[in-house]
Amino acid sequence: METVVFLISAAVILSGALGVIFSKNPVHSALFMVQTLFGVAVLFVLLEATFLAAIQVIVYAGAIVILFVFVITLLGVDRAEDLKVEPISGQRPLAVVLGASIFGIILTVLIVAVGGPTGEQVANTPIGDATDNTKILGEALFSTHVFSVELTALLLTVAVVGAVVLSTRPTKPLISTLDKQQNDNLEDELEEKGEE
Amino acid sequence: MLDLVWLIPAFPLVGFLTLICLGKSVREPIAGWLATTAMAGSFLSVLLVFIGMLLEKNENRQSVFTLFDWIPVGDFKVDIGFLADPLSITMCLFITGVGTLIHLYSIGYMHGDSDFNRFFTYLNLFAFSMLILVLGDNLLLTFLGWEGVGACSYLLISFWFRDPANATAGKKAFITNRVGDWGFMVAMFLIFFNFGSLQYLEIFEILESNQIAKTTTTFIVLMLFVGAMGKSAQFPLYLWLPDAMAGPTPVSALIHAATMVTSGVYLLIRVNPIMAEASTWSTGLIAWIGVGTALFAASIAVAQTDIKKVLAYSTVSQLGYMVLAVGCGAYTAAIFHMITHAFFKALLFLGAGSVIHGMGGEQDLRRYGGLRSLMPITAGTFIIGWLAIAGVPPFSGFWSKDEILAFAWDKSPLLWFVGIVTALLTAFYMTRQVILTFFGEPRYLADADADADADADAVGDIKPHESPWTMTFPLVALAVLSVVGGLIQLPFSSSTKRLEHWLEPSTFHNETHLHLSGSTLWVLALLALVTVVLGVGIGLSTYLKEKIDRQIFEKPILSNAWNFDSAVSKFMGGPGSKVFTAVAKFDKEVIDGAVDGTGQIVKKTASILRRSQNGLVRTYALGVGIGAVGLLIWFLTRATL
Amino acid sequence: MSITTTWYLLLAAILFSIGTTGLLVRRNPLIMFMCIELMLNAVNITFVSIGSHLNDLGGQLAVFFVLVVAAAEVVIGLALVVAIMRRRSRTNADDLKILGG
Repeated sequence: METVVFLISAAVILSGALGVIFSKNPVHSALFMVQTLFGVAVLFVLLEATFLAAIQVIVYAGAIVILFVFVITLLGVDRAEDLKVEPISGQRPLAVVLGASIFGIILTVLIVAVGGPTGEQVANTPIGDATDNTKILGEALFSTHVFSVELTALLLTVAVVGAVVLSTRPTKPLISTLDKQQNDNLEDELEEKGEE
Repeated sequence: MLDLVWLIPAFPLVGFLTLICLGKSVREPIAGWLATTAMAGSFLSVLLVFIGMLLEKNENRQSVFTLFDWIPVGDFKVDIGFLADPLSITMCLFITGVGTLIHLYSIGYMHGDSDFNRFFTYLNLFAFSMLILVLGDNLLLTFLGWEGVGACSYLLISFWFRDPANATAGKKAFITNRVGDWGFMVAMFLIFFNFGSLQYLEIFEILESNQIAKTTTTFIVLMLFVGAMGKSAQFPLYLWLPDAMAGPTPVSALIHAATMVTSGVYLLIRVNPIMAEASTWSTGLIAWIGVGTALFAASIAVAQTDIKKVLAYSTVSQLGYMVLAVGCGAYTAAIFHMITHAFFKALLFLGAGSVIHGMGGEQDLRRYGGLRSLMPITAGTFIIGWLAIAGVPPFSGFWSKDEILAFAWDKSPLLWFVGIVTALLTAFYMTRQVILTFFGEPRYLADADADADADADAVGDIKPHESPWTMTFPLVALAVLSVVGGLIQLPFSSSTKRLEHWLEPSTFHNETHLHLSGSTLWVLALLALVTVVLGVGIGLSTYLKEKIDRQIFEKPILSNAWNFDSAVSKFMGGPGSKVFTAVAKFDKEVIDGAVDGTGQIVKKTASILRRSQNGLVRTYALGVGIGAVGLLIWFLTRATL
Repeated sequence: MSITTTWYLLLAAILFSIGTTGLLVRRNPLIMFMCIELMLNAVNITFVSIGSHLNDLGGQLAVFFVLVVAAAEVVIGLALVVAIMRRRSRTNADDLKILGG
């Protein structure tokens, strides 16, 4: 039973990933990404990390991908980029080689390693069964790792503030007139290039 | 009082700095008196140190005073220090003494010159450099002074630089000196390489304890002699001295008679322990070059018409005698002759300057005549100088020259013979000069009548007059010294040989011992006397009594200095300049090319490497990925799984 | 056959390499971002599967933090993309080469 579930979710994940990288339309890529994320969530359930599966769906698929779609529509980059041309020479072959070699390295490690993955226990907490997962996770987070949790809270606050600052349009010019002129010239150049 | 030695160069240095700061803001005689006072102060300090040294015992007379560390670089350590020993103090005595007199003289001589202050600035700088040269306790400090006097010589020779001929003379002096300096530098490198130190006392110690190869010491001595040849105007590097007469007469007196030109001889005497270790053929070579130069220059002086040029060639000739003495190992005799020569040559130059001043700038001997009644003091002192240089006893020149000739006979009778012929010529040309200047008919008046139409110079308006006291006082002082100067080293017995005993701490018993019997010495002295009388007699009969035709002696080849100078100029201008151009081209293309080429290579490599910075995020991401994969592979190959 | 941890790890490896290749090949900045998310997910799978293998909660804790940081990163990253790409249309990552030498 588990095998089947695993194989199906693996197929879902991988096809979604391939769809992400091969789609011409960015919106399609976003939707394929949702597919991948759902597959990963199923995999988490299979591994008895139920809380994480829930979080994965809510945060990743629910928030982050929505964010992506918003930006796509905001920027109007829904027009396709030309996938046939590769301006940087040698990029594509090297990229494929790189990806293959990463996979190859991990494969080698997995095959050659004796005794499987080893390591020290970090949390000193055995994983309970599926129903207790949230409770145990919560206890561990807020007792041993409370400092890290507070830091992540700080991180999120900073991220929000940063996002607001980055996306406001400046009311007065941030750059001097000379730089602005250069900047404007550059923009005109880019626009010309864009229209070619 | 020996520790006052640092005052000796300090006075002229302060004088120089003050005069440089004052510039043209002080009016005429103040700068001159300032400079003279500085020199007098220096002379007083020397006297104090001298007295202090006299009070010490013979063995304690050599002391080193280090002011501060100058160059401490690894094994190479050079201090600013002064070596106060009999040799250096003797040199300082006559440098500062004669120097003070010449400074005083210059106040009168340079009166009315628009560059009065500049002259004294240079003179004080010169004095400072010369004192550093003599007092330095290591070769590098001596070299510093050496270069300093060379530079001052250039500045002073081309003092009236607005006339391009003077500037050229200055340049010639500097460049010829430079050739000698090369020899000095090579010697310094060798000494440091072999001895590990440049300090004189350390070198002498090492020389005593270790065995240094004879070829090394010979080569060092020869290189130092090349340096001495440049400074002391030996053949073939004498060319600059006659041209240096373009400078003002006090300069000729101070630099080119009494002090700077003796620095080459001083250097050789200072390193006499190294000379003692060198092979005998090298010292023989030095002696022969010395005596050859003496004869060569004396022959040229016979036919010169400029009063200063006669004295210039005479200086070269007398320096040849000093070098001969050094070559024979007679260091005391060389110093003795140096001292007496300083007295009488400075006297002669200053006297010539007085004559020139009185004659309104005229320097040609053929336009003088009968001046002794119009310039009595100048004439009297000049005659004393003449007698001294000719070698008439009991004047000082006789004793010093005789001593050198005795040592020359001991080394080789042929050397003595050449020396005696030179003495004959010396007596002859000096007599010629004195008679043409001070005796006979006043030719300047006769010329005035003849050339009144052709030459609108002030020749007809010459009113020869005696010079002011600032000029005549030094003449008298030097005349007195020329008379009594011989007393310091009379050869009669060991007790009268005061100079030899005094210099013993510096000569380290390297002095050649004279193996001549008393009777031989008497015969030699007598022969010298006969030669002098002969020379003076021939001179008198040619120029005063006009019994012998002077054209026998005044041959054009002699007045053109055996055409050596023009030959050198032709060579340097012709094939020489081709070599120089080739060397310059080599320097520009190969050496500069190598240096620039390195820069070019860096530039080209950078421009190739620059292509990796194309600003594209994806390229950088690719780079990161390749690096990560590389690291992973490397760690995996090392890890044990 | 039973599913061992190795299978999970292999799946994560494939997902990771797909993400890498996509990052290097695509020019659209948003799709490049999504490829980064793919890589992060691969890492998440690895963490959880090894945590499960070792019976250790640490894997899941790590994923928790990775998730938070990934969220923050996406927020900032997209804000940057918006700020840069706002005024230009039809631009992609290759046009931002002002810093080239």
